[in-house]
Amino acid sequence: MSSTELPVSRLKPPGSSVNALDWLRRNLFNGWLNSLITVLLGALVIWLLYQVLGWAFTTAVWTPIPTNLQILMTGRYPSEQVWRVQICLALLLLLFGLSAGVWGGILRSIASGLAAGALLLAIMPFTLQTRLVLAGLVLLVGAGFIVGSRSRHHMRRLTIALWFASPAIMVVLLRGFVGVPGLPYVDTGLWGGLLLTILLAVVGIIASFPLGVLLALGRRSKLPVVKGFCVGYIELIRGVPLITVLFMAMIMLPLFLPANVRVDNLIRVLVAITLFSAAYLAENVRGGLQSIPNGQVEAARALGLNVFQTTLLIVLPQALRAVIPALVGQFISLFKDTSLVAIVGLAELLGIADIVIEQPAWLTVPHGVHREVLLFVGLVYWIFCFSFAQISRHLETRLGVGTR
Amino acid sequence: MKLKQTPLVAGMLVLTLMLSACAGNAAPTTTETSAAGETAAAPSTEVIAGGLGGASTAASGAATGASPASSPAGGAAQTSAAATTSAAATTAASASPAGAGGAAQTSPAAAASGSAAAIAPADAGEFLRTIRDRGTLICGVNPGLAGFSSVEASGGYVGFDVDFCRAVAAAVFGDPSKVEFRPLEAAARFPALQTREIDVLIRNTTWTLTRDTANGGDFGPVNFYDGQGMMVRQEENISRLEDMGGAQICVQSGTTTELNLADVFRALNVEFTPVVFDTNDATLAAYAEGRCDGYTTDRSGLAAQRLGLPNPDEHVILDVTMSKEPLAPMVLQGDPQWRDIVSWVVYGLITAEEQEITQANVDTFQNSEDPTIRRMLGIEGELGAGLGLDNDFMVDVLKAVGNYGEIYNRHLGPETPLDIPRGQNALYTDGGLLYAPPFR
Amino acid sequence: MASRGFSAENHQPVPFYRNVKILAVLLQIAFVLIVALVFWTLYSNMVAGLRRANIPLGFGFLNLTAGFAISETSIPYGPQNTYARAFIVGVINTLRIAVLGIILATMLGVLVGIGRLSSNWLLRTIAGTYVAIFRNTPLLVQLLFWYVAVILKLPRVRDAVGIEGVILASNRGLVVAWPRATETYGAWVHWLVAAVVAGVAVFVARRLQLARRDRPGAALPYALLAALLLMLIGGVVVAMTTGNSPLRIDQPTLGGFSFRGGATLTPEFFALLLGLVVYTAAFIAEIVRGSIQAVSKGQREAAQALGLSPLQTLRLVIFPQALRIMIPPMTNQYLNLTKNSSLGIAVGFADLFSVSYTILNQSGATVQVILLVMVSYLSVSLLTSFLMNIYNSRMRLVER
Repeated sequence: MSSTELPVSRLKPPGSSVNALDWLRRNLFNGWLNSLITVLLGALVIWLLYQVLGWAFTTAVWTPIPTNLQILMTGRYPSEQVWRVQICLALLLLLFGLSAGVWGGILRSIASGLAAGALLLAIMPFTLQTRLVLAGLVLLVGAGFIVGSRSRHHMRRLTIALWFASPAIMVVLLRGFVGVPGLPYVDTGLWGGLLLTILLAVVGIIASFPLGVLLALGRRSKLPVVKGFCVGYIELIRGVPLITVLFMAMIMLPLFLPANVRVDNLIRVLVAITLFSAAYLAENVRGGLQSIPNGQVEAARALGLNVFQTTLLIVLPQALRAVIPALVGQFISLFKDTSLVAIVGLAELLGIADIVIEQPAWLTVPHGVHREVLLFVGLVYWIFCFSFAQISRHLETRLGVGTR
Repeated sequence: MKLKQTPLVAGMLVLTLMLSACAGNAAPTTTETSAAGETAAAPSTEVIAGGLGGASTAASGAATGASPASSPAGGAAQTSAAATTSAAATTAASASPAGAGGAAQTSPAAAASGSAAAIAPADAGEFLRTIRDRGTLICGVNPGLAGFSSVEASGGYVGFDVDFCRAVAAAVFGDPSKVEFRPLEAAARFPALQTREIDVLIRNTTWTLTRDTANGGDFGPVNFYDGQGMMVRQEENISRLEDMGGAQICVQSGTTTELNLADVFRALNVEFTPVVFDTNDATLAAYAEGRCDGYTTDRSGLAAQRLGLPNPDEHVILDVTMSKEPLAPMVLQGDPQWRDIVSWVVYGLITAEEQEITQANVDTFQNSEDPTIRRMLGIEGELGAGLGLDNDFMVDVLKAVGNYGEIYNRHLGPETPLDIPRGQNALYTDGGLLYAPPFR
Repeated sequence: MASRGFSAENHQPVPFYRNVKILAVLLQIAFVLIVALVFWTLYSNMVAGLRRANIPLGFGFLNLTAGFAISETSIPYGPQNTYARAFIVGVINTLRIAVLGIILATMLGVLVGIGRLSSNWLLRTIAGTYVAIFRNTPLLVQLLFWYVAVILKLPRVRDAVGIEGVILASNRGLVVAWPRATETYGAWVHWLVAAVVAGVAVFVARRLQLARRDRPGAALPYALLAALLLMLIGGVVVAMTTGNSPLRIDQPTLGGFSFRGGATLTPEFFALLLGLVVYTAAFIAEIVRGSIQAVSKGQREAAQALGLSPLQTLRLVIFPQALRIMIPPMTNQYLNLTKNSSLGIAVGFADLFSVSYTILNQSGATVQVILLVMVSYLSVSLLTSFLMNIYNSRMRLVER
């Protein structure tokens, strides 16, 4: 809180600002109750930290993580084809760099965060090759930023187009083609680890978007049948756990299709996640739709726009803008929820963690490596979710949604 | 934000409707049956879709519709025949544009099913066609059971069950590498079979009546005779199951083991608490941590898993066999030809051991005078063609994996850490139970 | 729409294909047809597939013998019982964990939420860190961590820690001394009934009294006190007359393989409960914080001006108002907790989903079981939101 924003009368008296003892008294020891809480909690925290750090630096066996880093990141994706994953990553980082250059603002913070993260990893004791790749990624972000900020007008369209095309490019690149020598087909059963986690979350949110918007519009429809169907669907899905939807997709989806259509396991899971996510997305979008004042619709109709034009050109753009933070929030929960596919047998990050824990190499470790591996996986999830939560909060303040 | 229950009620209604649809189907009602026959003939002119990775064939989709008409269940099966066929027509129609690039081909199965209503539900040969179109066999295996199916450091699968998968692939394609392994937990295996995610399940699966019927399976010959065992901690001084009153026992869900455990203890009138997990790893880990007093699974697996524990000497396997566990390959009901192929590959492996034909010496038998050997190896007769395979399919199989004894010794024999005695799994001539019908 | 209605009144009748009302009806009929067609196709494909494999469709299997045992049962159940009973055992287990989880998560969440607004820097920071950590990691990872990395690593049953005969923790769970009924319990039941009746009577009487005087006041403590007193008197009387206490404290003792006697909280139940409570509490804390901050600042200042202590301000002025804002998002969290309890399968807890999965597997009735599970969860959701709805409307009445 800077003093310039405050009226003079509320300025604090001088001398009480940066005294450590004073700070302690005000924040930790004001009154007997607070002092008691401070002492108790302080003791607890110190004890916990002592235990945890003591364990982490002495007894803990962290070797499973560096030795299995590749499968944790990409699953059973063939080693000699991992360059494709790296290209995808490079494309993504380049895009972030470009966007940061073109638009600035929060995108710049995201891009610099990514670059800092890659730089941090690059100085970690990985193999030289990994570190070179990571350093290259940092350079890519920088290059993207410079190019983007130099020629904003030229790059704007290109960047947007690339963003839209990137998911498809990446999936095609990762999947490859049967019979193409340079880009051999990699079965989706081999995709795993963090790669699969991100893929499930990103594709899930993108694929559920159109369905969710349709459901939200349907729920507000004046046609009772359409409305009833949408309400029924949304509430049915929201009333059951994701895991039942996942199992239903795994087991029942193939039953619903003609006998000879075989569906990839990954597709089944994606269908489940999409159907599930769409119901929640619809509720978020509905919130946005409700926030659009009726005057907007009336004005549009007065201008002679028909129902579809009004919805498409007037209502939806405003509504979607208002729900962006909520969508980021939903992306976070979807990202966390992807861990459930481990139960139906897909080896995403948590599934790989299970595999790593059960490796015979760790049999000699007295209590196994459950804690170490689970903590690492938890940390990876946390980094992603926490960053997204921060982004969501930024967006909320920038778009003024929270203060509506 | 206002709370509403009405939407939830709506959701409930939808589900209730779906439920009642399920229940309603069970009750037989009479409908006209002539329509079924008519539509069954129509789809035979459809095309087989070769596109989309060879995944969908319209003709067999149509044949699906025809199958109830000729199913043995008689009146009950006719209930939804009309309904099913109409759907099949829809399906076939919707599938045909996708098959534009595919080869036009009449489906003999669909045509035949109209008139020749035999015991089996129509679709013989459909599995083999699908597998050949796809170019690989998809085999359901255990995600990790030492000796039977486990992943090597190089990422490939090895094991007793795995070799049977390779044998089937060799029979179908002449190439044992044309097989894709699908690791399946116990509880996931039958749904995987029912939904045709896999073509054959060779995953230490016990042959039971329920699985043969309600789970929609069909079993090949037993490839391993097993029995259920119990592992306990040495320090507990347990020698019999009767000593285990009040014990907590770790067991994997969705297995016959789980059912036998309850049966045996009920019969002995001994109280116990099961601790059930959905994966084998979790079950064993819980036992290893001391969560349970006992761990039960098939005896063959028990020996291997004991060795995998941090201190194997602290654990003993009780000298009791709690049940019969005939482990057999399982296929989906409805395609007798496919079941025959799987069965005769297993029989062939057993017969080869009987005749002492091995991976190394199979070529030397090309000049054999023994008519049995000549028939089996396809030098004379048309035995393979009867299965829809090459006549010399057993040559490919034996070159790929060797005979039954070789497979056994490679993964479970004395040279391996498991060292499971042949016992019941010896040839009948050696006092075991392995007995293959003649190749004739 | 209005403009078209206008034109319809003044000019020649609108042709049917431009009449909005008719178009709407046609559109809906088309919609119904398309939806029905899609569902019918899916359904008939399914029936065809199942029939092909001779898998029966119907709910007859529920009356078959289950054959498998369940680790935790609140009602008598054995392998000789039916699938239907096994299913009910699962439903009860889910309800048990949901109810207990909701209560505990609310308590923890409210504490953490208030902690986040504390003037104590340490408390505030810890509460903030707690929320940041547990909100942003998947529940499944947390559950596995609690179960595999914490609870299973507790001492073996022979080295259990705690107070001998009262409460003991090991990786077989938590056992506590627990009262059990003796043979004279039957005599005491009459007193229990009487106590409940008396409690209700006191409650109603007190409420009426309060209403007549039009004054605020509590009724529940009096009712509870009356009921407890009567129960205690009854117990003493029964014990005096028969020489045998109706309840006996059952102490856990190490016998055979595990502890016998007492009440046991299994590690699986405990892990699931811990995971659900810790995870959900992080979300509830944010709701509590947001709701408290949403109460207008004047309220706090006014309360302080009236001389209320900070604790009184919170308890009597801020929290009751924040409660009203909290209820709808809290309901969502309660529903989430209930649905998330389906992850019990990962830690071996025999909840509705886990038991159903076993049934599905042993009986082969895939489709029916999945539908049954979905209906059950939907019913539980319905029940929860129904109860919260009642509470919500009651809270709104207070607003008046």
